Amino acid sequence: MWKQIEGSRAVAETVAMCRPQVICAYPITPQTHIVEGLGEMVKSGALAGCEFLNVESEFGALSVAIGASAAGARTYTATASQGLLFMAEAVYNAAGLGLPIVMTIGNRAIGAPINIWNDHSDSMSMRDSGWIQLHAESNQEAADLHIQAFRLAEELSCPVMVCMDGFILTHAYDRIDVPLQQQVDAWLAPFEPRQVLDPAAPVSIGAMVGPEAFSEVRYLAHHKQLQALDRIPEISGEFLEAFGRESGGLLRPYRIEGADTIVVALGSVTGTIQEAVDELRADNVAVGSISICSYRPFPLEAVGRALSDAKRVVVIDKSLAPGLGGMLATDVQMALSARRQRVYTVIAGLGGRTITKASLVKLFLQARADALESVTFLDLNWDLVNRQLSREMATRRSGPAAENILKDLGALPSKI
Amino acid sequence: MVSAAEMLSIAAFLEGRYAQAFPSFGSERMGAPVMAFCRISDRPIRLREPVTEPDALIIQDPTLLHQAGLFEGLQLPGGYVLINSSRSIDELGIGSYVGDHAVTVAATELALRFVGRPLPNSTLLGAFAAMTAELRLESVLAAIRQKFAGKIGEANAAAAQAAYELISRSDTREKIHVEAD
Repeated sequence: MWKQIEGSRAVAETVAMCRPQVICAYPITPQTHIVEGLGEMVKSGALAGCEFLNVESEFGALSVAIGASAAGARTYTATASQGLLFMAEAVYNAAGLGLPIVMTIGNRAIGAPINIWNDHSDSMSMRDSGWIQLHAESNQEAADLHIQAFRLAEELSCPVMVCMDGFILTHAYDRIDVPLQQQVDAWLAPFEPRQVLDPAAPVSIGAMVGPEAFSEVRYLAHHKQLQALDRIPEISGEFLEAFGRESGGLLRPYRIEGADTIVVALGSVTGTIQEAVDELRADNVAVGSISICSYRPFPLEAVGRALSDAKRVVVIDKSLAPGLGGMLATDVQMALSARRQRVYTVIAGLGGRTITKASLVKLFLQARADALESVTFLDLNWDLVNRQLSREMATRRSGPAAENILKDLGALPSKI
Repeated sequence: MVSAAEMLSIAAFLEGRYAQAFPSFGSERMGAPVMAFCRISDRPIRLREPVTEPDALIIQDPTLLHQAGLFEGLQLPGGYVLINSSRSIDELGIGSYVGDHAVTVAATELALRFVGRPLPNSTLLGAFAAMTAELRLESVLAAIRQKFAGKIGEANAAAAQAAYELISRSDTREKIHVEAD
């Protein structure tokens, strides 16, 4: 059913159709509208058979989710940014215990300096926790991925994060085909747990494991991700059959035929990249792009194949690995084991900095001329950076960097 | 402000078009200038950057008129400017910036009269529909009723309709000045 609604609302309505039995949440921008929406639906009775728990913190939220999931309930939560960091210990536990919780991340930067806007630092910080991480290009895909996420999580007994860009998607009104309850019911079977805490058949979950078997148990986490590599495209195909649209999968190529330069990215910047690609293709500039939906497991083979004919690869990373470059770029390089291509890392869109089509077109042309640094910061105000560096050189007690930079800008920091 | 962009996108959706509305990603604090954007198209919208070259600019708070760069990206000639003000474009002294399709409407006063609160969103959308003929009044009213339930929705719809009629009645779309009374 077509609706013009906010991305968060589309996700809330879709999650509700997956019939979660326990939702626990602690509010944090920019995911708040999702759990608010679900809370209203539980209260009004629109979402029946579901317990909504307000908890005292994000650590509490995921801990309650772990307990609920271990007791056999289909369990959902959502968070972002510092909230995900505060959950960190439970994030690893949920994966280590193999509990199929689905969690939305409204991707947001991590402080300091505090910043409520979008980048991928939060989910990237948990990329090796053992959760499956799926990134949505659009609000349609964000909604659809939740249905697929429950199916994938429960089949493999592995938790899944659905990552959607904060504000850019969570707060945007778009035209969305929200599925019907009977469609979701027909596609998503009730949760049949692989392990369950049941007083009638007692087991313990969460044994201590020493060096004699720890590696083996950890290997199983890797094995599960490898299984997910097979199941993610299959589930996406089954979704296409039932719902009539493409959502999810490992990655999505765009005009890569004959492209000498291919751009790789995650999430909502994909649309703007495709517009830039179209503009350049119209001028016979042979560029293409791929967007990666499944960041964990990382589809090494599929990425390698998609990039095999390109001369160079430009990776747009919406998170910074200080002292290295970008995390997505590092993973893409691993997919290009023969190293015949040049890989440019472009750090972009940090803390809500707009990534414009105009900047991307310029960037891709520079890449084609091999005029990029191996790590490039898109639209960085170098004068501002250099003035702070000189202040630090000139004075020992030069003061806090963030405050100095804002003062230098004369900032009312409200520009787009 | 944000709801105005959202309602605009709903109105376009109701006419079978694609629309995207989103807030600006700048600092949010009480009293700070706030922007919201809306794109309307006959094709799916992929672009996710803020609108910097608008075909239409709706200014809710006329105290922002002298903000540097406000009209910078406006697509002229032909771009529409709608300002919430009881003064005319000439009185505001901005004729040279805004081109020929500029209108003021006393939206806050109309909102006070119909809704009882100084919230000009719906009123401005009614005026916008009349000014640009980009959207039908019925779609705007339906979007308002979708956003605000019950009596508040009806009051907002009445304010929008009044603004629509005021603008439509004016003989020329150029540099007209519409007062609440």
